Amino acid sequence: MNTPDPNVGNLRAPRWLTPFGLFALLFFIGAQLTAFFISPPERDMGNLQKIIYVHLPGAWLMGVAYLVVMVASIGYLWKRRERQDLVAASAAEVGLVLNGLTLALGSLWARPTWGVWWTWDPRLTTTAILFVIFAGYFALRSFVDDDDRRARWSAVVGILGFINFIIVYMSVRWWRTLHQVQSSPETLDSPYVLGVRLNAIAFLFLMIFFIAYRYHIARIERATQSLEEERALTGGAVHV
Amino acid sequence: MSAGHEWSRVSAMVWKDLTAEWRAKASFHAVVFLAGLILMLFGFALGPDQDALAEAGAGIIWLTLLFSGVLTFNRCYERELEDGAFEALLLYPGDRRSLFLGKLLSNLAFLLMVELLILPAAALLYGLPILESVLPLAVVLGLGTLGFVTLGTFYAAMASRLRAREVLLPLLLFPMLIPLLLASVEATGALLEGDAMGRAAGWIRLLVVFDAVFVTASFLAFEYVIEE
Repeated sequence: MNTPDPNVGNLRAPRWLTPFGLFALLFFIGAQLTAFFISPPERDMGNLQKIIYVHLPGAWLMGVAYLVVMVASIGYLWKRRERQDLVAASAAEVGLVLNGLTLALGSLWARPTWGVWWTWDPRLTTTAILFVIFAGYFALRSFVDDDDRRARWSAVVGILGFINFIIVYMSVRWWRTLHQVQSSPETLDSPYVLGVRLNAIAFLFLMIFFIAYRYHIARIERATQSLEEERALTGGAVHV
Repeated sequence: MSAGHEWSRVSAMVWKDLTAEWRAKASFHAVVFLAGLILMLFGFALGPDQDALAEAGAGIIWLTLLFSGVLTFNRCYERELEDGAFEALLLYPGDRRSLFLGKLLSNLAFLLMVELLILPAAALLYGLPILESVLPLAVVLGLGTLGFVTLGTFYAAMASRLRAREVLLPLLLFPMLIPLLLASVEATGALLEGDAMGRAAGWIRLLVVFDAVFVTASFLAFEYVIEE
């Protein structure tokens, strides 16, 4: 028997998701092309400078994604809605990807400009610490079987991790005196500013799409799981 | 319930844990020996140049404390979990955060006792002048240990109830402790060198902030970790 589950109807992807994803992708391509063509090769770095259009927005949006984790986690502990936990987990996953991307691209950039793959610069170090903190978040999630417990515990770990972000940054900054001012549109020359801003918006759209899509998948996973549990309990054969 | 009442619950927890520790002694000895062993291993890994070892002294002390101390946290809950004693503890009336405070204080006492033995051993092995600045060093050690024990006790409340507790606890705990490690090592190192530049004060302030933030945060969040 293949009686449709009444909940499955709700599991369809929201109507806006696919068009929005396409729009985000096109916007990203457009922003990259625009940035490439409007910016002249940099005086010292040449075309190497162009990595900034993925590195910098990636780093910013990593922060935004982790902020979403923090807000959704506080929301979960307060209201206890399952979807808040799923949003937090989805945002953490996207944040971790952006975090890894930031580290990898930064490393690629550091090699030709600073001559080393890695240096104990405050921002590099903070980004790496953030990566291990949120990797721990996923380690915890994967070891807890009970949904409710996983949601509560990972919410707490996510909030504490985000709080630590500020302390980590301060401590690492004191540890290694800052040798380069934080990149922001104010510190960049004007032809590059537009490119960075455009790509930051493109990354924002992509991030929203990825989180929404991951959240959608997480809901399907959750529904499949409860369906299987239900079938196992009622002893009925599993129909595929 | 009154604060006085809660305090008596906290002290009962501390008393119970320390008595159990005192009667068994096995785990205390194990942790002290492991710490001593790690101290020696660092000597082999970084030695035998005495000057280089003295320079790395502060870092060696703190890593030794972190690596050996992390073993105490899961154990303090495992003892409760073995015979379902934890459920009984949770059933008692009163604020559950008293449980956390009790565990925190008994772990703190335990680790401070370990440090009392380990610090002189490190000073001997690496030729560190600890006697010249005993009081400020004790402040740094106390503040650093408080932060370490707070987060350790808090994360172990989760990790100790999972299959992969031995791996999971350091995985969750150590990244969170990086600011504490930096501040403790820098402050200890500055003090051991005589602190002519007054560098230690800033790091001690950072330790105070770290402790204040995470004692408060974990105290508030403990309820969410423990509820079933």
